[in-house]
Amino acid sequence: MNTLRFLLLILVQVLVFNRLNFFGFINPMVYILFLYWYPIKEKRNLFITLGFLLGFAIDLFSDTMALHAASALTIAYMRPAIMRFVFGVNYEFQSFKLSNSTRIQQFTFLALLVIVHHTIFFTLEIFSVSNMLLILKKVVFNGMATLILCMLFISLFGVSRE
Amino acid sequence: MQQIINFIVRYKTALLYLLLLVISLAFTAQSHSYHRSRFFNSANWISGTLYSTSEDITSYFDLEEENKKLVEENKRLRKQLFNQPAATPLTLDTTALDYEVQTAEIVKNSYANPDNYITINKGAKQGVRQDMGVITSNGILGIVEHTSNNYAAVQSILNSKSTINAKIKNTNYFGSLVWNGKKYNVVQLEDIPRLVPLIVGDTIVTGAMSSIFPENIPIGVIQKYGLNESQSFYSIDVALFNDMTNLKHVYIIHNTNRQEIQELEAKISDDQ
Repeated sequence: MNTLRFLLLILVQVLVFNRLNFFGFINPMVYILFLYWYPIKEKRNLFITLGFLLGFAIDLFSDTMALHAASALTIAYMRPAIMRFVFGVNYEFQSFKLSNSTRIQQFTFLALLVIVHHTIFFTLEIFSVSNMLLILKKVVFNGMATLILCMLFISLFGVSRE
Repeated sequence: MQQIINFIVRYKTALLYLLLLVISLAFTAQSHSYHRSRFFNSANWISGTLYSTSEDITSYFDLEEENKKLVEENKRLRKQLFNQPAATPLTLDTTALDYEVQTAEIVKNSYANPDNYITINKGAKQGVRQDMGVITSNGILGIVEHTSNNYAAVQSILNSKSTINAKIKNTNYFGSLVWNGKKYNVVQLEDIPRLVPLIVGDTIVTGAMSSIFPENIPIGVIQKYGLNESQSFYSIDVALFNDMTNLKHVYIIHNTNRQEIQELEAKISDDQ
């Protein structure tokens, strides 16, 4: 299931969303959903490596060297901290499920992933302090587009609430 | 020793993270040098194949528009040909040609990043080499940066690393064409001296200083200009003729004298 998701998200990102260029610069990065959906109980090292590989696969297709890899890796590493912040200590219990949490919690979790990812990605990509406004503009607009599309994907393909 | 192992075991996640982060940052930093690492570009086999498969499918949708563009270009070339004064009989000898032209199709276009690369479906097997120029029927597009067997990655003019010699049409005032990463339809021409008379709407073409592009390939028109910080040079915004968002067929230009020119220039810099 995760392998399939991994491959499908790469394909969708590369063939559809990398070419969107909405308003000339908005390319939502929906592959972040892989890191959102990935089971919580799995080994952490494996998860971090997977995050890196996912980003790197996207990089291979979009001529961005290892920018996607660095940012996907970072959110994979930070995910437990973000989850603890959003869901409180609950998430460490065996019975915790993402689908059982509230809408707002899910949204905050996703939003934090997106914000961290985009900030790292665009800062590294543009890499100059004098272009701070450009970085900010790209983070904000791309971040919103990514969030909206990810929410759509979640409501379409996500596990339904019990 | 025991402590070191304990340390590694305790922080193995953080260490793994740092290791992978350093790897990815190293790849990225390497890309800031002029020629990027050979393997990590979209001209590789996997992405090349995937992109050309998807291109095979989607290319049917804009056939009509592409045809119109080609007819339009043919019309323009015919007009030039018919209006030319009776040409001296050409000796048709391929060894005397300065430029060779090849066609290719774009399989991946990109214009939203600060460093854009375009992938085309001709590669080393078809004779495409690094540093060949790439243009479209409307104007300049970029320079071949990497080739694999069947694909090539082109450094677009919409790339922060791109500098191309350009001049104002019908004069010999030249400067270098760069991109500030802001708008995909506007590039910047720097280093034009202050005394040059400029008018908004003047055409900018490639200069003769480059051994990559022939002279007088159209680039764009002056959109606005102003003096730079030093107050002695203009910084000019050039609106591109090419619609960088809608590209399909490109021409690859090979200057057959490039090697000779480069050897000569290398000799000069050696002497100095």
